[in-house]
Amino acid sequence: MDILLEPLAYEFFRHSLMASLMVGALCGLIGVYIVLRGMSYIGHGLSHAAFGGAVVGFTLNLNFYIGAGAMGLLAAILINQVTKGGKIKSDAAIGIVTTAFFALGVAIISRVRKFTQSFEAALFGNILGVTNEDLIVIATVTALTLALVFLLYKPLLFSTFDPDAARVFGIPTGVVQLAFSFILTLAIIASMNIVGVTMIAATLVIPAITARMMTDSFSRMLIYSTIIGAVMGLVGMYLSYFFNAASGATIVLFGASLFCLVLLFNYLKERFVLHEHIHRHGEVIHSHPHGPRHEQYEVSQAEGDRRNER
Amino acid sequence: MHAAVSLNDVSVAYKNKVIFTHLSLEIPPGQFAGIVGPTGSGKTTLLKTILGTHQVFAGEVKLLEQRVDKLPAGSIGYVPQLESVDWSFPVTVEQVILMGLYTNKRLLPWPTRQERNKVHHLARRLGIHDCLHHHIVNISGGQRQRAFLARALVNSPKLLVLDEPTAGVDIKTQHDVLHLLGDLNKDGITILLTTHDLNAVASHLPWVICFNGGLVAQGKPRDIFTNGILTKTYGGDIVIVKHGDHFLIANSTPLHLTEKN
Repeated sequence: MDILLEPLAYEFFRHSLMASLMVGALCGLIGVYIVLRGMSYIGHGLSHAAFGGAVVGFTLNLNFYIGAGAMGLLAAILINQVTKGGKIKSDAAIGIVTTAFFALGVAIISRVRKFTQSFEAALFGNILGVTNEDLIVIATVTALTLALVFLLYKPLLFSTFDPDAARVFGIPTGVVQLAFSFILTLAIIASMNIVGVTMIAATLVIPAITARMMTDSFSRMLIYSTIIGAVMGLVGMYLSYFFNAASGATIVLFGASLFCLVLLFNYLKERFVLHEHIHRHGEVIHSHPHGPRHEQYEVSQAEGDRRNER
Repeated sequence: MHAAVSLNDVSVAYKNKVIFTHLSLEIPPGQFAGIVGPTGSGKTTLLKTILGTHQVFAGEVKLLEQRVDKLPAGSIGYVPQLESVDWSFPVTVEQVILMGLYTNKRLLPWPTRQERNKVHHLARRLGIHDCLHHHIVNISGGQRQRAFLARALVNSPKLLVLDEPTAGVDIKTQHDVLHLLGDLNKDGITILLTTHDLNAVASHLPWVICFNGGLVAQGKPRDIFTNGILTKTYGGDIVIVKHGDHFLIANSTPLHLTEKN
């Protein structure tokens, strides 16, 4: 127990632990919608665009969050507009819009060399330098996202699952999409200083796909993914402290290990607990799943086979 | 009596491509009609125009005596093409049906007991009560069609629109679904669907609309399914075999005969 309490003596660790816990939960929650909409790389793209925005904002003497937020939101809206006609798919739109904004940031940095050092944190994450301002921003964005996801649960679910039908049923899908782009951008801006532009896609995707493998229910997937994200942040931070490694990387590596474990568990469950093999009941040769959940089925099937034989 | 669906001099285009122009069409309340036509004839665009999801260039579309964009949410029941559904999406049959009620003003994410009872009652009527808690990928084609039909019916709409409900299902399921729609129609619901299956229309639907870039003809199947009208609609020779009240529609020249020639 002491080993877990020891790092909490340091203020920087308490700050970063709180930040990573909130960012993990936030990314886990938003990640569900991203994965189910087939936009896994939106986080990667938008964080790049926001990075470009932060650089532009810096040249205009604006706060990091204002520059990054404005450009991130503009990129999200542009991606929406570009994909609207159906001719350009979202992966291509993300590639064009966000890389162009990122390139703008890189071009400005290369013109004015003194920027380079300041933006390393945004690129690779600077969880150990979390300020009070960062904590307030992350807490506000997390609370706002939770509230919006709760209040927009129904329209968000319907328009993610079946956007055309949602529109016919009277869901204002355009407004819902805009609201989603807004909370997504906020979540990415709040997270990018912590996990870094290069790692953000993984923190969005890993909890969601891990949760997807654990349940077939949407509401449970939201809850599991949020918890997995928070656990990833918490454990990843401790690993970073104990192994003296970059925190963004340890968070992602722990998440990836968790995903592999769930994948392995599912494989073993199907292979050894619920498995299917060809076998014989009298003259009838057939195949069906075996295991605890299928015992009932197996018995009734065998009964049916015997009746058929008679 | 006012029409359930009314298109008055409607013209529709996709960017610079004209799909149809000056279309006027009225479907009376209580009708059970099928829109048929070849691929690319504009059937789906016509359906989208009726549903208000495709903008009209000129003219007016009215459903249940109101402009389609002014209709209260949930007035129309809609069943999309099952091929467009993401079957790996983590939702159960019950959650799919509940989506039909998502247009109400209640902000809380969970359904009320009344809503849940409504869903269970409808599921029982459509014969899918046993699979309400199954994931949508784990049910049969017929059950999938019924699940989406239940979602469309949960608001008790007066108009039900279905996009290709007979596509991708076996002949028995097709028969069951069309019979179910027939029963719903008897309860007073106006039904409009698109299909490629002329034989299903001939044997189950009382009204048919032939469409190919415009209205070719409409009427009872026995009056509409003539060689002349079908050739005009599909652009090829079509044979109609009549046997009492039943008839079978087929391509006039089977492929093996064409090859010999």
